[in-house]
Amino acid sequence: MGMTQQAEPAVDTPPAPGPKETDGRTRQRSLTLRLLARPEVGVFLGAVAVFVFFLIAAPTVREGGSMATVLYQSSTIGIMALPVALLMIGGEFDLSAGVAVVTSALTASMLSYQLTMNVWVGVIVALVVSLAVGAFNGWVLVKTGLPSFLVTLGTFLILQGVNLAVTKLVTGNVATDDISDMDGFDQAKALFASSFDVGGVQVKVTVVWWLAFAALATWVLLRTKYGNWIFAVGGSKESARAVGVPVTFTKITLFMLVGFGAWFVGMHQLFSFNTVQSGEGVGQELIYIAAAVIGGCLLTGGYGSAIGPVFGAFMFGMVNQGIVYAGWNPDWFKAFLGVMLLGAVLINLYVRRAATRR
Amino acid sequence: MDRSSHARPRGFAPAVALAAAAALTLAGCSSGSGGKKADEEGGPGASAGKANTPRMTVALVTHQAPGDTFWDIVRKGAEAAAAKDNIKLVYSADPNAGNQANLVQNAIDQKVDGIAVTLAKPDALRGVLGKAEKAGIPVVGLNSGLADWKELGLLEFFGQDESVAGEAFGKKLNEVGSKKALCVIHEQGNVGLTQRCDGLKKTFEGSVENLYVNGADKPSVKATVTAKLQEDGDIDHVVTLGAPFAMVAVQSVDETGSKAKVATFDLNKELTGAIEKGDIEFAVDQQPYLQGYLAVDGLWLYKNNGNYSGGGEQPVLTGPAFVDESNVKAVAEFAAKGTR
Repeated sequence: MGMTQQAEPAVDTPPAPGPKETDGRTRQRSLTLRLLARPEVGVFLGAVAVFVFFLIAAPTVREGGSMATVLYQSSTIGIMALPVALLMIGGEFDLSAGVAVVTSALTASMLSYQLTMNVWVGVIVALVVSLAVGAFNGWVLVKTGLPSFLVTLGTFLILQGVNLAVTKLVTGNVATDDISDMDGFDQAKALFASSFDVGGVQVKVTVVWWLAFAALATWVLLRTKYGNWIFAVGGSKESARAVGVPVTFTKITLFMLVGFGAWFVGMHQLFSFNTVQSGEGVGQELIYIAAAVIGGCLLTGGYGSAIGPVFGAFMFGMVNQGIVYAGWNPDWFKAFLGVMLLGAVLINLYVRRAATRR
Repeated sequence: MDRSSHARPRGFAPAVALAAAAALTLAGCSSGSGGKKADEEGGPGASAGKANTPRMTVALVTHQAPGDTFWDIVRKGAEAAAAKDNIKLVYSADPNAGNQANLVQNAIDQKVDGIAVTLAKPDALRGVLGKAEKAGIPVVGLNSGLADWKELGLLEFFGQDESVAGEAFGKKLNEVGSKKALCVIHEQGNVGLTQRCDGLKKTFEGSVENLYVNGADKPSVKATVTAKLQEDGDIDHVVTLGAPFAMVAVQSVDETGSKAKVATFDLNKELTGAIEKGDIEFAVDQQPYLQGYLAVDGLWLYKNNGNYSGGGEQPVLTGPAFVDESNVKAVAEFAAKGTR
């Protein structure tokens, strides 16, 4: 991308506050209001509300171990919600994200086992496969101009079928073989699925990865040219292209980022549970997308943040486990989950409206 | 129509080629332990020669969700019987009852010689089973539908009474001195799974609580079971309704430092290893291989010798059979092949 593009900020870098403009037309809204209008603030308040609610409703939530469980659940959703959110800001979404996780885990597991290789070989090949799936999604999308709904629905079905058929073909069963006694497993487990002690509480390493990825994504989004490109292609593809943003490159790499996320979560599942069931992952894509949307990303693109989905994923994990900690009748579980999420989103929406209203 | 036949999408062939190429270049990275080399290749499933009766076609239509180990074992049983009986087996499945009914219709259209069907939602299949009867195609039931098979005019039924299995499970929990059990349901709204927990509740002298988990996502299963164990320290037995979930529950128990033990319905090869190691206390096995095998074999016997398994009156029960420390060694050998 040898662009000789003059760094024209294509989209909303906040305009430098003009000095002493007090003619009333461009009156600065107060700092609080400006802050409340940020995409992640509504979900932050929603997450705090849910957290406080369960602190009161479920005594067990107050213990450190419980918080570690909530954070663990949030992190496995959150690591995928991050690239999914970036993709959404870039104006697309990915229905194949859920099964892509399982594809990656299956690839690593079967390759290592069948060829009796060090598991790192499988891990690296799985990364290549995951990135290739992402690139395939992005490439078809850009080349055909089809909506991402169609393209990724196609990939979703393909991967679902391939996951099953290839696993059955290779292993003779619908689950992979246990690889926990193979070379390299312990190292890989340390990287992807270990836990460490914080004041007597076992915290999963995925939580650290989640927050680190979130920090990185925030930096990319707000401080790099690539981040600007993401906002630009999501806002308007044509205008972005007109000002010299490499639209094709940006879209394809965004899908590949989702591939990377799928690889990471897939490796976590593999090294956490030793075997992979080929039918898993279906439906997870909606949870990732939900976490991103709750986190303030618009389904229409061009707007959102990387920190919002962190709170979105946390909220999902908190509600999910909070219902269990509260000991409510489990028959109502899904209904509770839906009501709480909807409520949180409404708080989110209300805050944003109130803040942007004059 | 074989719905799980191998799709060959575009994006994957290069990926496989790439994987193979990478594997060759990295041949130096082989693992010194584990892997396929270490495991003896299990031979094919049970085989008992081949019948010389005329070739017939049997359709097996189940409510399997894609990628479920349990149903894979049912299918293997059916395939073994088909191979022995000179039968062409047509397997199809759909968890949605309406779609499953369509698949049965599809089998009738193909004029198969016999249909084996699961009755997870009997009412949805009532109409199409009537059509099969009119077309003169014998139908047997398997796995689920113990309460309805006779009324729906089926010849025979092979399976486990889920309530009875649950009751047996409850009694076993009494024996091992459990006071409070957690029944982990991995699919909300599944009738058979709920019956297991209900049956357990009936005979178990302690208290039982149900817990719903998202079966499509293992990290979520683990977090939810962990959360429940953290919330309620009195739970001394975690009961899962499928083998993969039992393996996850073991981790949850480990991490919470809970004193709870794990017991489960259904088997797989990892699970038999866990029973040997003592990680899992026991498993109830409804012998899915037997269900698939007997259903197909039953149709063959009916066609070639006019036999009725169960006398046309009683179901043929395949479970509950307990697998624990005392008999796991014998079972593990078969589970390793993926047939138990």
